[in-house]
Amino acid sequence: MNVLLSMVVWTPMLGALLILLVPRDNPDGARRAALAFSCLTFLLSLTLWLGFRLDTAEFQYVEAYAWIPDFGIQYLLGLDGVSLFLVLLTTFLTPLVVLFSFGDITERVKEYFFFVLMLETGMLGAFMALDLFLFYVFWELMLVPMYFIIGVWGGARRIYASLKFVLYTLTASLLMLVAILYLVGIQAESAAMTFDVRKLYDIGLTSTEQMWLFAAFALAFAVKVPMFPLHTWLPDAHVEAPTGGSVILAGVLLKLGTYGFLRFAMPLFPVAVAAATPLFMGLAIVGILYGAAVAMVQPDLKKLVAYSSVSHLGFVVLGMFALNVTGIEGAIYQMVNHGLSTGALFLLVGMIYGRRHTRLIADFGGLWKTIPRFSAVFLVVTFSSIGLPGLNGFVGEFLILLGTFGRSPWAAAFACGGIVLGAVYMLWMYQRVVFGPVTHEENAALTDLTRREIMVLAPVVTMIVVMGVYPTPFLRAMEPSVEALVARIEAAQARALPKDTASQQPLARSARPFVQGGCAPAEPEGGSSSAGALAGSLDDTPSSHQPPADCATEVRS
Amino acid sequence: MHDAHVIASSTLWLIPALPLLGFLLAITFGQARALVRVVAPSVVGLAFGVALMAVLRLVGAESGSRLVNHVYTWIAAGPFQADVTFRLDALSAVMVLIVTGIGFLIHVYSVGYMAHDADLPRFFAYLNLFMCAMLILVLADNLLLLFVGWEGVGLCSYLLIGFWYESDANAAAGKKAFIVNRVGDLGMLLGIMLLAWSGFEAGGGEVMSLDFAHIDAHAATLGAATATTIALLLLVGAAGKSAQLPLFVWLPDAMAGPTPVSALIHAATMVTAGIYMIARLHLVFEASPFALDVVAVLGVVTALFAATIALVQTDIKKVLAYSTVSQLGFMVLALGVGAFATAIFHVMTHAFFKALLFMAAGSVIHGMSDEQDVRQMGGLRTRMPVTYMTFLIGTLAIAGAPGLAGFFSKDEILWHTWAGGHPVLWLLAVLAATLTAFYMFRLLFLTFFGELRATPEIAEHVHESPKLMTIPLVVLAALSVFGGWVGLPEGWLWGPAFGRFLEPVVGHPHLDHHGMLGEGALMLIATGMAAAGAGLAWVFYVQRPELPAQISERFRALHALLVGKYWIDELYDALIVRPYVRFSGMLWRVIDQGIIDGAVQGTAAFVVVNGQLWRVVQTGNVQHYALIFLGGAATVLLYYLVR
Repeated sequence: MNVLLSMVVWTPMLGALLILLVPRDNPDGARRAALAFSCLTFLLSLTLWLGFRLDTAEFQYVEAYAWIPDFGIQYLLGLDGVSLFLVLLTTFLTPLVVLFSFGDITERVKEYFFFVLMLETGMLGAFMALDLFLFYVFWELMLVPMYFIIGVWGGARRIYASLKFVLYTLTASLLMLVAILYLVGIQAESAAMTFDVRKLYDIGLTSTEQMWLFAAFALAFAVKVPMFPLHTWLPDAHVEAPTGGSVILAGVLLKLGTYGFLRFAMPLFPVAVAAATPLFMGLAIVGILYGAAVAMVQPDLKKLVAYSSVSHLGFVVLGMFALNVTGIEGAIYQMVNHGLSTGALFLLVGMIYGRRHTRLIADFGGLWKTIPRFSAVFLVVTFSSIGLPGLNGFVGEFLILLGTFGRSPWAAAFACGGIVLGAVYMLWMYQRVVFGPVTHEENAALTDLTRREIMVLAPVVTMIVVMGVYPTPFLRAMEPSVEALVARIEAAQARALPKDTASQQPLARSARPFVQGGCAPAEPEGGSSSAGALAGSLDDTPSSHQPPADCATEVRS
Repeated sequence: MHDAHVIASSTLWLIPALPLLGFLLAITFGQARALVRVVAPSVVGLAFGVALMAVLRLVGAESGSRLVNHVYTWIAAGPFQADVTFRLDALSAVMVLIVTGIGFLIHVYSVGYMAHDADLPRFFAYLNLFMCAMLILVLADNLLLLFVGWEGVGLCSYLLIGFWYESDANAAAGKKAFIVNRVGDLGMLLGIMLLAWSGFEAGGGEVMSLDFAHIDAHAATLGAATATTIALLLLVGAAGKSAQLPLFVWLPDAMAGPTPVSALIHAATMVTAGIYMIARLHLVFEASPFALDVVAVLGVVTALFAATIALVQTDIKKVLAYSTVSQLGFMVLALGVGAFATAIFHVMTHAFFKALLFMAAGSVIHGMSDEQDVRQMGGLRTRMPVTYMTFLIGTLAIAGAPGLAGFFSKDEILWHTWAGGHPVLWLLAVLAATLTAFYMFRLLFLTFFGELRATPEIAEHVHESPKLMTIPLVVLAALSVFGGWVGLPEGWLWGPAFGRFLEPVVGHPHLDHHGMLGEGALMLIATGMAAAGAGLAWVFYVQRPELPAQISERFRALHALLVGKYWIDELYDALIVRPYVRFSGMLWRVIDQGIIDGAVQGTAAFVVVNGQLWRVVQTGNVQHYALIFLGGAATVLLYYLVR
């Protein structure tokens, strides 16, 4: 049996345990060990991509061992096109965080790196676990190190922030645990008890059960994302967390929320998803616009980036609920993009915080004059975040919007407002920090990026460009899994919502404006109808009525 | 592709790649100023050479052919696919020669203009990057790749407007340009998506593509309302990039950038991207006569509106900026009346004379120690003879003096407007052209005639610019004189050769309404009006210089309105910018911190208070527990009895 996934998951943990053996008076030893193990993990994970098969939607590198056989609980890991790049994102960012923290963390060094590596194991495990119980273990395992990273190495209000973060997430995820147990209970009525999510996908649930279980899962994930209005823990956690914590939090942890939707909540409860789509699209759009508006007025750089995450993750959620290949691929792509660009933003903020011990925008200005290299990198990252074509952000945003447009042109139109507001808050911030005269004397004598800082930023900037210029290899690796996911959801929706919505009555369409049950389930791309519906409702010429009228009867496989 | 007109090419990618190389060299070896000064213009010159060879190959091929260079698949997700593929057809050929040709001249000029700037490498890095983006824009074979160039030029515009970043005003102008353009992009993106989905459904749900060939093939199947929606959305994008009402506000502010930038980006090339895009997608626009009418009206109103503002500006670059807005309006008008080739013709002649005017203005500013206010100028005719002569040629060309470049292209626009059955639009356009002649000659007279009004320190240093700057001026002056001869009116010598060249790509307008006047008569009227405008400027600013002050005193309100640029900026500020900032602040403090986080805190507080309340019963006293137990049992008993 293949043990590659286990090696990737547990290598950081092994490093963490070894770091505990390093003597306290040798912080450099702890640093080097952390860097070595996180780099090793990254190299191991690269082999996952090299050996990744593009011709199958099945899980790859699957490892299954009985863990608690009495309850059908397994140690079950697997990788597919949805999780591959999230795993790579995690292993890519962690060494950079470790390297950055060389200079940033000077107290309790070995404990810090112990927790960072433990966190990496938790995140990787959560991305790979296919057993719901195992997933839950990893999911909660991540909370512990993050709690300590914020609570020990954080800012002035770190205790408040870490407690808020943990309580908020824990409360929401406890409901998910209840839902998991209930779900497995139902499965156990007809077959052997199992937590294997692949088997749980296919159990028949009534739509009421789906609603309640989906609600419990969705709450846990929505807090993690975080979706509006469950986001207020995020700015607090970011502001108080040390830079490394912020990078991991924004870069990876938030993606576990959106990943949870794709892996668990959506395929397990497709009927509930159909009903919940308007709500989630609506909240996503509110999040996009609201996050952007609130980000603009933040005086603190970290808070600005935190609220911008609310806006960006709104795009991701929107793309997922477009429920077509284009939208979901865009959403996954955007998860990685956000990890890179927001991770880089937090690193940059950490770098000037290390020099000036302030994060207030008003304390800066004219930085291009004094630290042009820093400013140039900042510029690239800013435009990546804005979604400039040629950089990574555009590819994700465009695919999300394109997919969403097919489901609901109006949703896409509102979300497009986010790309204007995104430019507003980022460029205004950039102008105040980097342009203009040097207004504070302290800024006049800053040192530009050090060699180590360049080593931290260069890989991120490289990926920002590469993923903007040549996204095909990434998208191609995602495609089979995403297609299978969409097909699974649509097939289940088609079974559960049989003829009632498939009627060609215009009333049925207007009554379910977002569900698009009329034709979405029948088509592989899903939801191709709405653009047609718009076109159809605009056009009075009979010929142009063709596409929307047809779409309910056409069944393409 | 089985199109017989497609000729495979493997060199087109070099055209944008060469300036990209220049950019990379400039940011890598930024310390080597001498290197950058040579490399930056050279890569653009080389790009021009490669482009010229490709165009010659195209011209040699059968009419209606295009060179296509597939580089790689850029995005493929689900049914959607967009490639990095470049195409060179007649339309791209014209644009690519304008961009690389004028771009090269302006790069050479910049070596002189920016010689003393400490940040010269950064300047050329941005300028080369701009060339790359602009060439991607005009060579793209699909709408999404065009959009890459479209946003790329926007980025470079942002960077170059704010090039002298230490002034907050410059940085703010750059930001304004990018954000206003983003508003336009919002429309453009929605238009792109609707186009993608409509084509997807028309094609049976197999392929979702934004290739121009695919769009053209499905343009005819678009329903009228869909076509109108798409066209109007794309028009929003064009109005942003090509500075039309109501999104033109960024362009005058963009003059904060170095003058070569104003010449290259904000006059000759980038701002014409909107015109190019509409011409490229003309089949979509032609599917909606209503949208075309909107385009025409928007163009002529913008032309007239901007011309009135230009009448009273005192900053030499601001006059030229409003003039650019106005001239872009003429091009948009041409598009709206279906004369797509004519619009591109005017793009070309305008690129010649407006680049010339800006660079001559730059020469003036250079010689006047960075003074831009025409009230401080005057009498420069003798001190800067080359600049004066070239500026004069540019002025004559834009005013439509017979035989010069602007004369032919403007005449063609007016003729097509009239013959297309839009006499009212024609009248407004003639009026705008008259104002153009007036404000341009006003500018000429104020700058070069009369007495020098500058302070003695400046006056002492006034000098003609170095050869590196004047030679490009002379070349552009020659183009401004002869550049229009490729498009003569029907029946003159070789006739509209330019239009015939473009016809396979953009078609030929249907002139169904010939009206009572022929082209010759209309030409006489327009030329006469322009001459009157110029003559009036002579009276006002040379013969009786006290007159303008008296008139503005007389019509004080109107004058204030024009000087205040109709207070559009103030209006946007009051209606959009400040309310948005206030609203955002309210969202943060009241909604986010107050209500949402308040609810979170409230829940936590409730749990704490609740816990404290229940702690009261946890006394640890066994008698108390027994009592509660008894009470509970009694309640249950009572419940079952009463039920």
